[in-house]
This record gives sequence, C-alpha cells and structure tokens, in this order.
Amino acid sequence: MSEFSVLKTEQIGRAAGENIELLGQILLIRRFEEKCVELYSAGKIRGFLHLYIGEEAVGVGTMSALKDEDRIVSTYREHGHALARGIPAGSIMAEMFGKANGCCRGRGGSMHLFDRTKNFFGGNAIVGGGLPLAVGLAIADKMQNTNAITVCFFGDGAVAEGEFHESLNLASLWELPVLFICENNLYAMGTALDRHQAQTDIAKKAGSYAMPSETVNGMDVLGVRDASMRAAELVRSESKPFLLVAETYRFRAHSMYDPDLYRTKDEVEQWKLRCPIANFQKYLLQTGEADAATFEALEKKVEKEISEAVDFADAGEIESVEDLCKDVYTPFQALTSQGE
Amino acid sequence: MTEKTRTTYRDAVRSALREALSGDDRVFLMGEDVGRYGGAYACSHGLLAEFGEKRIRDTPLSESAFVGAGIGAALGGMRPIVEIMTVNFSLLALDQIVNNAATLRHMSGGQFSVPIVVRVATGGGRQLGAQHSHSLENWYAHIPGIKVLTPGTVTDARWMLGEALKDPDPVFIFEHALLYPVEDDIEEDRTAFDPWKAKVRRSGRDVSLITYGGSLHKCLNAAAELSADGIEAEVVDLRSLRPLDTGSILGSVSRTHRAVVVDEGWRTGSIAAEVMAQIMEGAFDELDVPVRRVCSEEVPMPYAKHLEDAALPQPEKIVAAVKEMF
Repeated sequence: MSEFSVLKTEQIGRAAGENIELLGQILLIRRFEEKCVELYSAGKIRGFLHLYIGEEAVGVGTMSALKDEDRIVSTYREHGHALARGIPAGSIMAEMFGKANGCCRGRGGSMHLFDRTKNFFGGNAIVGGGLPLAVGLAIADKMQNTNAITVCFFGDGAVAEGEFHESLNLASLWELPVLFICENNLYAMGTALDRHQAQTDIAKKAGSYAMPSETVNGMDVLGVRDASMRAAELVRSESKPFLLVAETYRFRAHSMYDPDLYRTKDEVEQWKLRCPIANFQKYLLQTGEADAATFEALEKKVEKEISEAVDFADAGEIESVEDLCKDVYTPFQALTSQGE
Repeated sequence: MTEKTRTTYRDAVRSALREALSGDDRVFLMGEDVGRYGGAYACSHGLLAEFGEKRIRDTPLSESAFVGAGIGAALGGMRPIVEIMTVNFSLLALDQIVNNAATLRHMSGGQFSVPIVVRVATGGGRQLGAQHSHSLENWYAHIPGIKVLTPGTVTDARWMLGEALKDPDPVFIFEHALLYPVEDDIEEDRTAFDPWKAKVRRSGRDVSLITYGGSLHKCLNAAAELSADGIEAEVVDLRSLRPLDTGSILGSVSRTHRAVVVDEGWRTGSIAAEVMAQIMEGAFDELDVPVRRVCSEEVPMPYAKHLEDAALPQPEKIVAAVKEMF
C-alpha cells in the first residue's frame, strides 16, 4: 500500500447532514477508544482490549448502509462496530468495567459485546468463529422469508481458518443473504498477510466459491459506505452472499499487551497519513459541508457522550456473586422472546 | 394397560424426526448425507421426499460450518436438528460447540439462547477402528451450557428428540450406533416422559449397575447372569449425562450398598469417574465395598474383532467386577 488516495465518493443517495453524522460516529469511536486506553492504564478496564483506531471508517461506513432488521456478527475488535450500530456508549463502557449495567451484565467484556435490540450477535474472540453463525442466521432469515441480511465482520487472519472457506462455500451453495466483510488490516496479530497467505488478494478467494467480491479503500468512509450499499442491495435483492474486502490499518498495537515489534514505525506513520478522520474532514471542508466550528461542535458532543458513558459505568452496580451461574441455561419461559 | 408399538431404534428416531418436522415449521434437519442418501444409518430415509430440500439439507463435509450454521439458525429463530455422522467427526466442530453453542447465552448476559439439537452417532463394536468407534459423550457432558441425552432404549429414541426440541438450550443426543437395529416396544404413553431423570431398568437389592446408552443392554445381560447365581442387580439407566440425575444414583446405591459404573468411554476421566465421585460425595456411608467401574481399555479402538471385544465393556467383565464385591 504505497499510494495514499484522496477520498473518492459516488454519493449514493446521501441526505443533507449525513456526512457530518458519519464523521461524528468515527470521532465517537476514536475518542471512546482513547478513553479506554486511559481507563485501561487506570485499571478500570482489564482483560484484552483490542483497539479499532485507524479502522473506524470500515465499521461506520458499513453500518450506515444497513437496516435495523439486519443482523451483525462481529469480532473481538468490535467496539467500533457496536458504537456504529447504535449500542449506547455507556452500556459498552459499563460492560468493560465489568458492571451489571453493561450490555452483557459484565459476563462478556471488551471482546464479547452483544445487544439483542440492535441485532448485534456478538463480538467473537475465536478468529473465524463468527462466520458459521452468520451463515446460520441467514438460513433463518431465508427460511422465514424476512428481508434481512446478515453482515459478518472478520479480519485478514480469519481467511486462513477452515471456517472461512467452509462458510463462504456454504453461503454461496445455499444462496444465503450474507455480506462478508473482511477488515484487512494487513496483520493477523503480528503476522503480516504475505507471511500467512499464498494469495494475498483476499477478494479473489471468493471466486473459488462462485461468489462476487470487491475490494474497497477502508480508510474512506464514503467509499466503504457506497460499496456496502451496493453489496447489501445485491445480497438483499438476489439473496446471495458477497465478499467485501476493506483495506485498512490499525494505528495502535494488536492489544494492550502487544509491544508492536513486527512492523516499522515508518509504516505506521505512512498509514496515519490516511487517517479516516483527517482526510474526511479535509473532504468536508472542500465540499463546504463543514467548517472548523462544525468539527469543534462534534468534538464537544462526543466528549460529552463519552464523559456520560464513563459516569454511567462508574455508577453501575456489580453483579452479585450469588448470580454467578445465572444464564448458563435458559429458564424455559424466557425463550418466547427470541425471534418468534 | 399402556399401548405399545414394536419397532426398531432406527425407525423410532425416524418417527421422532418426522413428528418434529411435521409439528413445527421452524424445525429442519441438516447434516452429511441426511437427504438423498437417507442418513448414514438410514434414520432420515424418506424424509427428503416428504419434507423437501429446504428442510432436509445435505451439507458439504464441513462440520464446523454446518454445526455453526445450526447455532446461527437457532439464534435466528429456527429449531435446527443437526446430525453428525459419528462422534469422531464432531471434533471438527468443537470450536462451534464449545466456544459458541455453550457460551452465547452466558456471554451475552442472558440475551440469546441457542435452541439447537445435535444428534451424534457414537460407540464401538463394529470393527471400524480408531477413528469411528469412540464414546466421547462425556467430553460434551463436561461443558456447562449444553445438555447431553443418551437414549438407550427404543422408547427413549422415540420421545427424547421431541423433548430436546422443547428445550431452549443446546441439547446433544448421542445414539449408540449398535442400537439402531435393536427392536423393542415403544411405550406410547408419553405423558410422564421425562428425559432428564435416570430410570431403574431392572430392580435388585444387591448391587447397582449404573450405565447408559449402548452399555445398558450389556448391563441387563450381566444382571440376568448374576441373577442365576443369586445376585440381584439393579440396573440404573442414566439417560441424561448433563444434567446427571444425582438423586437417582444415590437412591439406588442407598438401596443396594454396592455400585459398579459401566460406560464405553475410556476409563480415565470417564463419566463413570464422575458418577463414582458423586457417590463418594453423597453416599459414602451407604457403601459396603468400594465402587468399581467397567470402562473401555486405555487404547485407541483396534480393528480386529477379538481385540475390539477386549477393549470394550462386556457382560462378563461386569459380572466379574460384581462378583469381586461379594
């Protein structure tokens, strides 16, 4: 990736103010995660913390192309997906604090955010583990004749897993409405793409499963949004899967434990020139959709939202240890509310 | 007098499948060769013609994908029945089973349930060697979040599936492959049918033989032989390995004061070991002699018949274990 393209957009059916909304979401994710780092150092967040910083345009662009009834299957780097899908920041922060007012009552943590009301079926911390689930959700939609599609995020590391190949094959064979989104950040933890894949053009792999695919600049939120809208429309109208590969980069280490020894500082700096915030802001200034005051107002709004999220998490109760074994099995009467 | 119908275990499974598919549009069956082939053990023979391609789905040989897809479909409001041809193949789907099916409810703070039923053929005795003959159901019974049923009778094969489908959580049904041709009467009255409780299959005052699945019949044969020698064995069929019906286990041991646990898993870390531990915890004072177990020998299943026979629990081994207690 040597060329640093300026943003290109096709402006598919975009309403006034929508771009500002997208920028606001990217900013929210960026500032939210910066706050997470701070809170991690303060010991309020523990466990693994995988930051999405640098990759925000992928999640934001994709989510903006979806409908409420669509289903999301995500990865362990999913704070950005969750926020862009509309899971409240407070509920996510409280989950990371291990509090009962977190979106999973403190049972999931950073890597396992779920929200039934948003059709958000979890961060999955087994690389590739979410793909078969997405296939199954799409079976359910197809058999129940809903118009929903399932969007399944995974990274470049997942394409080495058998579950990637099994799932793409099954989705294509059975003509299932799944939009597979590969967030190719070029590293499977610390192993570069060309050190784990014989074929580094991930989109080409879809061809083996008779599935259409496209590669998009994942640093360009409008490009991702347009590609996602085209892909989602195809998946929905034809009830067939699609593989969208977003080329992106994480500006931070893999997790808080990662000393980041496997890539050069220069490489990271070069990618930072493609920052999805700075470039989008530049674009919005050029089009006249925003000015410095717009950005300042957005930053203030985001700051307030995050501050309230932290307060919400701080104020949350912890689960009683007496309830430790709750929710291992389902009380029979609880089932009727699940998709029925 | 209760109504009874004579049928094979295989036909009982098929009747259960047919009933489930007929009664609920959300139910569908998927797995390797369940459709055109009719099922590796012919359990689903004829169902494709009856219910069509959408509900009887032949899958690629992708255990992880189709088990995971079953989990996803369950999350999406369906009631999938997934068939895995043999328990050794289920290992290819362990990620989906252990990391997703068993965890999603808890990880999500109770937001999502996974009402999937997975049917798995298990067990040895057919000279299929070391990759098709094991009894790994106790691995699954180890995992909180899933439930494990082991129908050992034709009646259980007929009714357990329906009960498993009513359950909101993942239920695994392990069918011992030697049982499919077994013929017996089905008890048609299912009003009191409870798959989660152990059952005394034969009453006796002298010793409890605690077992399940394919070993049930070996225990009943052993009990008949012991009876001829004046020892009356009570045979307890566990039926459910998770949850284990501890009350019934302890109740039987409290009556007989002797127990032999019989299962086809390898001895070390077997379900028998768990049952013995529960007896130690709950009925130690009731015991006249230490509890014994008859399990498979610690060897990958050999092909040659005489070696396979020697590796598996057999009635004569059970009889010998019991006699050493007196």
